[in-house]
Amino acid sequence: MSKRIDVQDLNIFYGGFKAVEDVNIRIEARSVTAFIGPSGCGKSTFLRTLNRMHEVIPGARVQGEVLLDGDNLYGPGVDPVTVRSQIGMVFQRPNPFPTMSIRDNVLAGVKLNNKRISKTEADTLVEKSLKGANLWQEVKDRLNKPGSGLSGGQQQRLCIARAIAVQPEVILMDEPCSALDPISTMAIEDLIDELKNNYTVVIVTHNMQQAARVSEKTAFFNIAGTGEPGRLIEYSDTTDIFNNPREKTTEDYVSGRFG
Amino acid sequence: MFKATVERRHSALTRNRLPKSALWVVLAAAVVLAAALSSLVGFNLALWAVLAAVLFVAGATVATRIVEGGRSASNRFITFVVYGAFILALLPLLSVMWTVLERGLPGLTSNFLFTSMNGVTGAIDNRTVEEGTPVLGGAYHAIIGTLQISLMATVISVPVGLLAAIYLVEYGSGRSLSRAITFFVDVMTGIPSIVAGLFAAALFGMFFGPSTRTGFVAAVALSVLMIPVVVRSTEEMLRIVPNELREASYALGVRKWRTVMKVVIPTSISGIASGVTLAIARVVGETAPILVAAGFATSINWNVFSGWMASLPTFIYYQIRTPTSPTNIEPSDQRAWAAALILILFVMLLNLVARLVAKFFAPKTGR
Repeated sequence: MSKRIDVQDLNIFYGGFKAVEDVNIRIEARSVTAFIGPSGCGKSTFLRTLNRMHEVIPGARVQGEVLLDGDNLYGPGVDPVTVRSQIGMVFQRPNPFPTMSIRDNVLAGVKLNNKRISKTEADTLVEKSLKGANLWQEVKDRLNKPGSGLSGGQQQRLCIARAIAVQPEVILMDEPCSALDPISTMAIEDLIDELKNNYTVVIVTHNMQQAARVSEKTAFFNIAGTGEPGRLIEYSDTTDIFNNPREKTTEDYVSGRFG
Repeated sequence: MFKATVERRHSALTRNRLPKSALWVVLAAAVVLAAALSSLVGFNLALWAVLAAVLFVAGATVATRIVEGGRSASNRFITFVVYGAFILALLPLLSVMWTVLERGLPGLTSNFLFTSMNGVTGAIDNRTVEEGTPVLGGAYHAIIGTLQISLMATVISVPVGLLAAIYLVEYGSGRSLSRAITFFVDVMTGIPSIVAGLFAAALFGMFFGPSTRTGFVAAVALSVLMIPVVVRSTEEMLRIVPNELREASYALGVRKWRTVMKVVIPTSISGIASGVTLAIARVVGETAPILVAAGFATSINWNVFSGWMASLPTFIYYQIRTPTSPTNIEPSDQRAWAAALILILFVMLLNLVARLVAKFFAPKTGR
């Protein structure tokens, strides 16, 4: 499991508006890569193009290539559904399915696709995924209770369990901690640290300390002004981005001098 | 230990407040005064009640104004106006309920529920009035007709309405087809029910010869009225399903139609089901389209696809309009009111079912 992502000359459009311009980046397998940058700079948009989730928004389209271990996600004949089953996603706000129990939420990726799974296999998968998301101890006695009864941090870990239950190669996280308190954030960060042993993790965050804590590589995105497309300004090892940035704007941003 | 000793005195923070008993005193005075005033012009209960209410509101407002000040007085006045409006709005409903119960209950016998009007003639009704024999004949055929026609109308409207709503919300956003559907659904909402009946009669007349009247034709007419209601309520319900849930499903590699079937609809099923139930309640009392499309019958007809069919509204209409015995109309009257009671009970039951359904299907919360 876990694959590398290469992005080549990617431009992202919403209708006629160019949202992100000319991104070239290599995201290594089994590592954590963080995207930072001011609001509206296109980092979430870019993240969503990595599993073709941006297509959900009418009028969104891309130019360029995103290669998953060499296979172009945007090649002709590629089914976005296949792409998404290999590249999972965790969203900003925890969104467990309200009609399902905790157990069914974890199994959602299997059950919603009508895949046959025996009870013992399902039990194993639930336990493995919940353990993988550091949630097993907290919910093992109430697997049949609704997922919406959990706390925000637990719900987010349930969403991560749901994402890893389909055994993806890559997990994308779109500001997964921005709706959570510091304790839950810490739990998720510990989890990300464990996930990188098996998965390629890409995380968008507004919290620079978080990027510094969890990621090995960091990409800084910025926009020149309103209406301008977002650009990848700098991409290198996290320590370099925060201690020894090449670009002036990166330094301004990470040191808090950014206006 | 230091303990503040505060002299007990009248608090400077309270202004003069009207004691609670004051309003009751004003009410009693208003009632007495209204009784006196109304007896001047000839006593009557309605006049007394209205006068008492007006006097009470005026008296209480003035008293409040004197003791508590203008702001408090206008607050109290508006409160009374709101209560008054509520009571006014409720009065017709209560009155209808009362009248239907009072007149309908005596006729609600098992004989009424389980026999049709087949063979019941004016002579039998005359004997009932003159010799005091029990009222014969009932609405069994009409109850069956109403249930069958409503069921058929539901079977037609729910799939059409549900699928149209799914198209509007999930697939057609912003397309001209979806705008056209929305527009025509709005137009359909305003179609007079008799026109729907004529449409169905004409449609079936074209294929199966003129004056084709069956329960099914009536069901088609009712579904013309029901579909827009189902589309509208389902659409509203689908729209309030958060987009995050759809995205969560897509991100798991689930196809769009599966997402709709297994995430969006289950999440909103309680609202959809109660909307459908209310749509049934809305058409179950329709009279004109059924008269036009299904005709009228006095005997039991179990087959919706052939023969004329009675329903509760048309049964009521015929019992009142053309009593079985033109000289002694009391038995027909009693049957009509009993049928009206059944119809109202049926609608109330549907409303209750809608609430239960909404509660039963609602996404579970709690730990």
